[in-house]
Amino acid sequence: MKALCWFGKNDVRVEDVPEPKILNPRDAIIRVTRTAICGSDLHLLDGYIPTMERGDILGHEFMGEVVEVGGEVKNLNVGDRVAVPFTISCGNCFFCRRELWSLCDNTNPNAAIPEKLYGFTTAGLFGYSHMTGGYAGGQAEYARVPFADVGPVKIPGHLEDEQALFLTDIFPTGYMAAENCDIRPGDTVAVWGCGPVGQFAIKSAYLLGASRVIAIDRVPERIEMARTEGRAETLDFDDEYIFDKLKEMTGGRGPDSCIDAVGMEAHGGGSFDAYLDKAKAAAFLATDRPHALRQAIHSCRKGGTVSIPGVYGGFLDKIPFGAAFQKGLTFKMGQTHVQKYLRPLLKLIEDGKIDPSFVITHRMRLEDAPQGYHIFKNKQDNCIKIVLKP
Amino acid sequence: MATSETALTQEQIDRGEAPQGYTRDVNVGEIERWASAIGGGALAVYGLTRGTYGGIALALLGASLVHRGTTGHCYAYDAAGVNTAKSASDNPFVSVEGGRGVKVEKSVTINRSPGELYNFWLNFENLPRFMNHLEEVRVTGDGRSHWVAKGPAGTSVEWDAESYNLKENEMIAWRSLEGSQVANAGSVHFTPAPEGRGTEVRVVLKYDPPAGVLGAWVAKLFGEAPEQQIEEDLRRFKQLMETGETATVTGQTSGRTAGA
Ligand SMILES: NC(=O)c1ccc[n+]([C@@H]2O[C@H](COP(=O)([O-])OP(=O)(O)OC[C@H]3O[C@@H](n4cnc5c(N)ncnc54)[C@H](O)[C@@H]3O)[C@@H](O)[C@H]2O)c1
Ligand SMILES: [Zn+2]
Ligand SMILES: [Zn+2]
Repeated sequence: MKALCWFGKNDVRVEDVPEPKILNPRDAIIRVTRTAICGSDLHLLDGYIPTMERGDILGHEFMGEVVEVGGEVKNLNVGDRVAVPFTISCGNCFFCRRELWSLCDNTNPNAAIPEKLYGFTTAGLFGYSHMTGGYAGGQAEYARVPFADVGPVKIPGHLEDEQALFLTDIFPTGYMAAENCDIRPGDTVAVWGCGPVGQFAIKSAYLLGASRVIAIDRVPERIEMARTEGRAETLDFDDEYIFDKLKEMTGGRGPDSCIDAVGMEAHGGGSFDAYLDKAKAAAFLATDRPHALRQAIHSCRKGGTVSIPGVYGGFLDKIPFGAAFQKGLTFKMGQTHVQKYLRPLLKLIEDGKIDPSFVITHRMRLEDAPQGYHIFKNKQDNCIKIVLKP
Repeated sequence: MATSETALTQEQIDRGEAPQGYTRDVNVGEIERWASAIGGGALAVYGLTRGTYGGIALALLGASLVHRGTTGHCYAYDAAGVNTAKSASDNPFVSVEGGRGVKVEKSVTINRSPGELYNFWLNFENLPRFMNHLEEVRVTGDGRSHWVAKGPAGTSVEWDAESYNLKENEMIAWRSLEGSQVANAGSVHFTPAPEGRGTEVRVVLKYDPPAGVLGAWVAKLFGEAPEQQIEEDLRRFKQLMETGETATVTGQTSGRTAGA
């Protein structure tokens, strides 16, 4: 079958690889009908995530048709159409039972690596380095889905693939980011990053009752989508007065909560700290570039919440922890507990409260995925979200 | 930073001394500890920013120094025999002479009742399902069993063992019988965690590796260490008991299998 494989920094290729097999009783095999490229995949492409190996199959946003199930998968039948969460979770452990699915104890075969780096292991993830299990991903014609009895959700026949696909990651991710803000009536939520995750965070903030959303990016078509689709007010981060503007727009108080939907590869506009970040990352003195996060912490009102769906992996430099402490901020973050949100968000889609396909700008064949990575990374051709059809 | 520490450690071990600041639980001196944390941090950062496997090795080495720095616990000292408990007449591990061999102790919390875990473990023939270095355990009756383990370089090591000190749903202990190639003993303890949070499982193993104490230390550096091994075994035990299977990617497809 064809699969998109990682071969090194800025080197992904579509290769012919063997079809996946059932390896465990709770596995299923899915024939992938749609898959997407995510901002998280760009961190892999750019070499920011360690423990990648040549030949790893990427892709953690995919859906399709069940073609084979292991002996212990009783809830799925061959022919079912399902969306697959990017988090691989057992459903049985302390964390899964508390709906902290991305923190599952039991699904990372390489648990020793995160234990060394982070103290404890987190869940296995599809197509996201050997640190999170080394599971082959779904940018392929077929994929093996472990713990298929608790992960995949069946999609009703009247929904299009494109309406359901983003249940696998970015819709729950934006939604959890907004939910983590504990939004109350009258709240203003500021969102850094108008990529797909930011777009869903904006919509979700309104769904959860925010009065205003202010979105920050510099890519014109993304700002435009935040304005038209998301009904957000927008700011350009090349503008060096983001903090002052946010303060001004909120009557001098600051946003009630701030969402960092940018992550470890933030661009810094013209700011001085951003130049330092780049220099430090290049000189191996820091691993991540937390410019958006710094700004979010600085801008957040006293007693507010900083919610971080953007991915960080290592050591961050010059985080204004004093500001966070003195202002009594709350921090919420982490990989999304996708399984927790599948059914409630599927219901929102079915009820017509949201159609997640609004974010799609490009549809391509799997064979053209390397080109897709290229234009998505470089924000060419007004690209916001790419869906691949194997 | 890392090299000078290693040298210091090595010297102390050669002299048979514990390093300064030594106590039973915290065996790395205070100053050395801060040095480890800072030096380790920089190493980890350096390793992480290089997107290669070599980078990871560095990151992990750095991380283990950070770990050592923040916990004050250096595995090498343990593996080298510094810090192992002295023999006492009430030591249950009678098949391994006091002051000799390697002792490891690990805990894990499992979302099952003590009874379920006890019963699974009590049938020693189940052990190879999660202890990867075991090829087979055959129960020969009368509390006795025959164990076959993978030895170094494709060989295998065999011994007979007996169980003793069984406390239903609480504890199982076993020890190798006289004349075993690898004298070893072990015990597993099951304690209910508070408020229905499953069971805390603690395993204590002690054994005398064929090449002596230093052999295990060297083995540790190459990844076949007893500490790591028991940690991995316990992880698989937990996976098996909680999920019915052990997580794996062995045998999955990739662009490597394509010969690309
Ligand atoms: N927590 C999770 O489980 C989870 C799931 C999916 C994605 N993510 C992460 O969310 C982040 C965003 O994902 P995406 O798919 O939207 O990625 P993306 O790369 O398409 O979007 C990032 C956006 O941030 C903007 N940006 C860069 N620097 C900025 C700055 N300083 N201020 C404001 N905006 C800035 C970019 O212009 C871009 O539009 C990534 O880090 C991704 O890894 C996390
Ligand atoms: Zn994603
Ligand atoms: Zn779990």
